[in-house]
Amino acid sequence: MGLLSKKDAKLITDPLADNNPITIQVLGICSALAITAELKASIVMSIAVLFVLGVGNVVISLMRNIIPSKIRIIVQLIVVATLVIIVDLILKAFAYELSKTLSVFVGLIITNCIIMGRFEAFALANGPWRSFLDGIGNSLGYAVILIIVGFFRELLGSGSLLGIKVLGDPIEKTGVYAFGYENNGFMLLAPMALITVGIIIWVQRSRNEALIEDN
Amino acid sequence: MATNTDKNLYTVLFATGMVIIVGALLAFLASSLKEKIAENKRIEKQQNILYAMGINENDESSVEFVSKDIVGPEFKKYITKQLVITGTDAVEDNNAYLIDLKKEEAASKAEKRPRKLPLFIGNKDNTEFYIIPVLGKGLWDAIWGYVALDSDLVVQGVYFDHKGETPGLGSNIKERFFMDDFKGEHIIDGDSFKGITAAKGNADPKNMDKEDFEVDAIAGATITGDGLSAMLKKDLKMYMPYLKTLKQ
Repeated sequence: MGLLSKKDAKLITDPLADNNPITIQVLGICSALAITAELKASIVMSIAVLFVLGVGNVVISLMRNIIPSKIRIIVQLIVVATLVIIVDLILKAFAYELSKTLSVFVGLIITNCIIMGRFEAFALANGPWRSFLDGIGNSLGYAVILIIVGFFRELLGSGSLLGIKVLGDPIEKTGVYAFGYENNGFMLLAPMALITVGIIIWVQRSRNEALIEDN
Repeated sequence: MATNTDKNLYTVLFATGMVIIVGALLAFLASSLKEKIAENKRIEKQQNILYAMGINENDESSVEFVSKDIVGPEFKKYITKQLVITGTDAVEDNNAYLIDLKKEEAASKAEKRPRKLPLFIGNKDNTEFYIIPVLGKGLWDAIWGYVALDSDLVVQGVYFDHKGETPGLGSNIKERFFMDDFKGEHIIDGDSFKGITAAKGNADPKNMDKEDFEVDAIAGATITGDGLSAMLKKDLKMYMPYLKTLKQ
């Protein structure tokens, strides 16, 4: 593997499939439902979480031996909130247009349970390098699901991808709309996001039965 | 190491220390970047006002403002007058665009005086534009915008923005497909004020009928759309006493 030992590489690859934060750990569901109506929003959110989770995991991991266990959740929250606000302020000053695009995601990142979940489950017990890899792995796993859901919701709900009308124009009745196809507006609402995530979970577990919990 | 972190005294000291460090860091950052951020906001306001009156770098489907480097001179060139309106009176004030709508609304209520309303008069190719700032509530947070009217009180362009509407749904109020629909819409019917409503189930998705006081709403963004309609009704109405004097 060269750069990464086998154990370290697993930190990245596991969350992509058999230990996916959304479909297996069931973390970060709220944002997966809220912002996947468009592919672009899914991608922006994924990048933002990648950054915050990568850096946040390292910070928490470095502090893990001095954090009093009684208030560790509050400390984790402060670290996330501080990181996000610092980034937001700097963007507002030096990349104003980018900050306008990202500002709506700020609240969603701070309250994203995937971040608190990984701090609590991994960074508090592991060194900074492994925590960093865990953060990257989990946010990539999160990104994969967000992008799949965003792809189907935007395609079936609005007939477009990244804002480009790939199925023709629904008002002028060109492309597939000429044959009577209609956009399914229900795809744009949160319930269909939940159903889409449910279908992904179903497909994943029927392909790998080891993932099915016994009751 | 591991044992002493459980003591109460340590917990309290740690919490205090963390609050001081984080507080100081954020306060320092916020105050050192304050001017730069305020400057960015001022530029944005000028870009928004010019956008509403059709001065922008739009290509087919994107929203592009005039570049930040030239927005100052462009603003001076196209915005010929800035007025502050109270009732039917208008006073010229070159800093009208700095009026904070939210603060002004609160202050006028507290002091029980009529609101000071900023109005921008633009001139492009010998056509006069009356540009009205509006402010309202969406689903999650504030929404605001600028509406450019001509002297017949027909909408010539709008710009909307929001603080935290849902990405992909309510946030689409700042997309071209939504904003462009307002062009040509009327806001008064004869003498009575109607405003513009973002209507669901509107049988006019291509927006051919410009005199129905309706544009097609965004699917999945009902509350944002309702907030936007309410904002347009409430804020445009405040200007009507003055705007009607222009028509005569």
